[in-house]
Amino acid sequence: MISFQHVTFRYAEESQPVLRDLNLEIPAGELALLLGATGSGKTTFLRAINGLVPHFTGGHFTGSVSVNGRSTQVNQPRELADLVGFVAQDPVSGFVTDLVEDELAYSMECLGINPPVMRRRVEEILDLLGLTELRNRPLHTLSGGQQQRVAIGSVLTAQPKVLVLDEPTSALDPGAAEEVLAALHRLVHDLGITVVLAEHRLERVMQYCDSILLLENGSIRSGTPSELMQTSSIAPPVIHLGRLAGWDPLPISIRDARRAAPPLRALLANHSPRVQAVPIQSPRIVEIKEVHCSYGKRTVLRGVDLVLDAGEITALMGRNGAGKSTLLRTLVGLKNQSKGTIQVNGVDPHTLAAKDLLRHVGFVPQEPHDLFESLTVAAECKSSDTDAGCPPGTTRALLALMAPDVQDGTHPRDLSEGQQMLLALCLIVAAKPPLLLLDEPTRGLDYPTKKKLGEVLRGLATAGHTVLMATHDVELVAELATRVVIMGDGEIVANGPTQSVITDSPMFAPQVSKVLAPDRWITVEQIAYVLNQELA
Amino acid sequence: MSSRWLHPGAWWLWSLCLAAAASQTTNPLLLGLLISAAVIVVAARKPDAPWGKSFEFFLFLGAMIITIRVLFQIVFGAGFGTTVLFELPGVSFPDWMSGLRLGGSVTLEAILGAFYDGLRLATIAIVIGAANSLASPTRLLKAVPTALYELGVSIVVALTFIPQLTTDAGRIREMRRLRGRNSKGLKGFVSLGLPVLAGALDRSIILAESMDSRGYGRHQKETTLGRRVSISLVLTSLSLALIGVYSLLTAGTSASVAILIVSIGLILGGVTLWRAGRTRVRTVYRPDTWALPEWLVSIAGVAVLGVFLVARISPDQALILRPELNTWPSLPLWGLLAFGIACTPAITTPPPPAFDIDTNEPVGAEALT
Repeated sequence: MISFQHVTFRYAEESQPVLRDLNLEIPAGELALLLGATGSGKTTFLRAINGLVPHFTGGHFTGSVSVNGRSTQVNQPRELADLVGFVAQDPVSGFVTDLVEDELAYSMECLGINPPVMRRRVEEILDLLGLTELRNRPLHTLSGGQQQRVAIGSVLTAQPKVLVLDEPTSALDPGAAEEVLAALHRLVHDLGITVVLAEHRLERVMQYCDSILLLENGSIRSGTPSELMQTSSIAPPVIHLGRLAGWDPLPISIRDARRAAPPLRALLANHSPRVQAVPIQSPRIVEIKEVHCSYGKRTVLRGVDLVLDAGEITALMGRNGAGKSTLLRTLVGLKNQSKGTIQVNGVDPHTLAAKDLLRHVGFVPQEPHDLFESLTVAAECKSSDTDAGCPPGTTRALLALMAPDVQDGTHPRDLSEGQQMLLALCLIVAAKPPLLLLDEPTRGLDYPTKKKLGEVLRGLATAGHTVLMATHDVELVAELATRVVIMGDGEIVANGPTQSVITDSPMFAPQVSKVLAPDRWITVEQIAYVLNQELA
Repeated sequence: MSSRWLHPGAWWLWSLCLAAAASQTTNPLLLGLLISAAVIVVAARKPDAPWGKSFEFFLFLGAMIITIRVLFQIVFGAGFGTTVLFELPGVSFPDWMSGLRLGGSVTLEAILGAFYDGLRLATIAIVIGAANSLASPTRLLKAVPTALYELGVSIVVALTFIPQLTTDAGRIREMRRLRGRNSKGLKGFVSLGLPVLAGALDRSIILAESMDSRGYGRHQKETTLGRRVSISLVLTSLSLALIGVYSLLTAGTSASVAILIVSIGLILGGVTLWRAGRTRVRTVYRPDTWALPEWLVSIAGVAVLGVFLVARISPDQALILRPELNTWPSLPLWGLLAFGIACTPAITTPPPPAFDIDTNEPVGAEALT
């Protein structure tokens, strides 16, 4: 269905090609998963399928890409719109209209399809993706998962043979991600669509895919999941577990792993998981009592109580719209509580002047680039030293430690997503705030960058910072957090040590825990530690 | 009246008529009434949607226009009038620079004149801002003739730009606080520029890509000759229409000649649209309806413009439209009448659909379909 022949592509301003002499065929009806580190060219590859690369980006392109026999060389993306549906990373910026139904009809309007046919197809897609109740809603009132499904639906109405998705679940909570993936699964089965998707959170998608395309240094290796996962450095926890336990064939899904697990269970029976030590008797950093908060008529926080001590890493979990971001915003004084008291490091953050705020609490927002306002990394670091009142060079030194490969002259917005996150973290941490807040820090980060971020955060916690992060990333939580707080509809519904909270709930359980339930193992590391002891 | 979206064309017609009416006068009382009408209608019919939030920006823009106009008058003003308010240290340039002057005595007349002039421009900006926040830019696009679609898209991208800029500016201002900076004052305001623009640019590119990959702008192939004919037709008809409208609105050309030019421009424009429409493949899903409320809104706008145009050609009203600077401007009865008409859309239109995010159910959903 999709064929790449001798495709080499280089962006105009770069010296090295992103894609080198690619040759591959993706057969019809397949769900192919594209893997690769951040900045390995996954998005470029996906955009080459419908001709956005090179028609929109410019650059040096040789070779040919054709979809169902139509080449992107002679066809602009718009000419392929009836054949390839392309869903970009950020569905909201790509919305052309205001209402769900209009958005679904947009592609068909462009293709000149007759109104009666349009109506029928809109109905079909509403049913297929479970959007019927939302048909008249303005797009901006939808939740993240709903928006993502509308974005998928809006390209499906053109009845494409190929669907290309760039990180469809990166912004979604585990439940919403399941919804979207289940919808995709159905499309492949019922309509026979060929799907190519890129995703960092392999633990979510691995089980659904038929083949894997592994993009490394500009070239692609393709194969079945169990073949490629034997050696791939990018792999979800269940694969790491399988390799560690020496399971053969390597299980890809949780279900297969569970069936292979009994010997491992027996081995682990006499051990209990090693947990991260939490410093005892440390000073109290956050104290929230009975906090209520609302936007207009809508109440978002209903009586939240929370206490955090120095040195803790707490994960704040819950559905999109459960009040996580609002809680973070009240802690940094961006949002005023309507009732209740908030004490951060002994003061109410709302009363602090801007220049004192950073001495008490730092906040890294979901879009780290919102924090940037200079033209180069060096200038950004310099202005951060002034803001934080620390000696010149502090921020730059910090950045060199966290992300050694960042160049001084780069524009902050041109950094990769992982590097942007680390730069933003440096700008905030330079002032050494006792409380550090992060909103979805691992969105769009690959496994190595996530690991790096985890190390940095653990270091900060050891140095006495309190870390509170809102996240959907259950694997990160399992590895990093000492405590988990789950929110539901503006209230805290669970609050306790990571081990017990996440193993209690199937929605927030990491893969290892799903395989070994009801035993409370949560990371591959814990098991590796035990196996090492057994061997020694 | 059950809620539904009004046809965006009606709102734009109403607002453009009000803007044209405002351009006819410098009387601050009449201009004030036009602004009030815009504020009243927006307050009554503003939807709870991103584009609905842009009106405040236009009020702010209006205030800026007046301030800048008056400041320029003070600094560069030619000294006319007799009531001197205060003296600024001044420089006069030689005669061959024809009366250019910096500073000097600042007269009440000069400031009032500048204020009236600035207010007129501000009124035009504000009534156009009213349409911008009342009508969804993207629904307007659906009503644009197929041939003008590309042009329409550029306008829509421009229109969505302003509400987005205001949201972005708010967010970036918060981010500045997070970095320990003061976000208030002029300095804080200026420093928002770069990040806000960078974000807006990124988003425009994403939008353009998304539109292209969904088939926007597909058309059948046209011959080179055909394309050249189309381009020259577009240019000729537009220029004719603009020249005609300009001579209609300014004194000096006879009305019949102006109307003739406008008509030729319009006819040529029609031919252009018909020619260009043939090569497009676009269809429209559920076109917006044009019913009684749309008629009432459009009639209200046209009637207000009519009243002002009649006043302009009647000799005894000239002084009311352009009052002397040394007397208090007078407010004629027809001014109040025009104000009343301009406000009618606040009652004659159905309210926009409201959405309660909590219940996940649109209020008045049946009215939308």
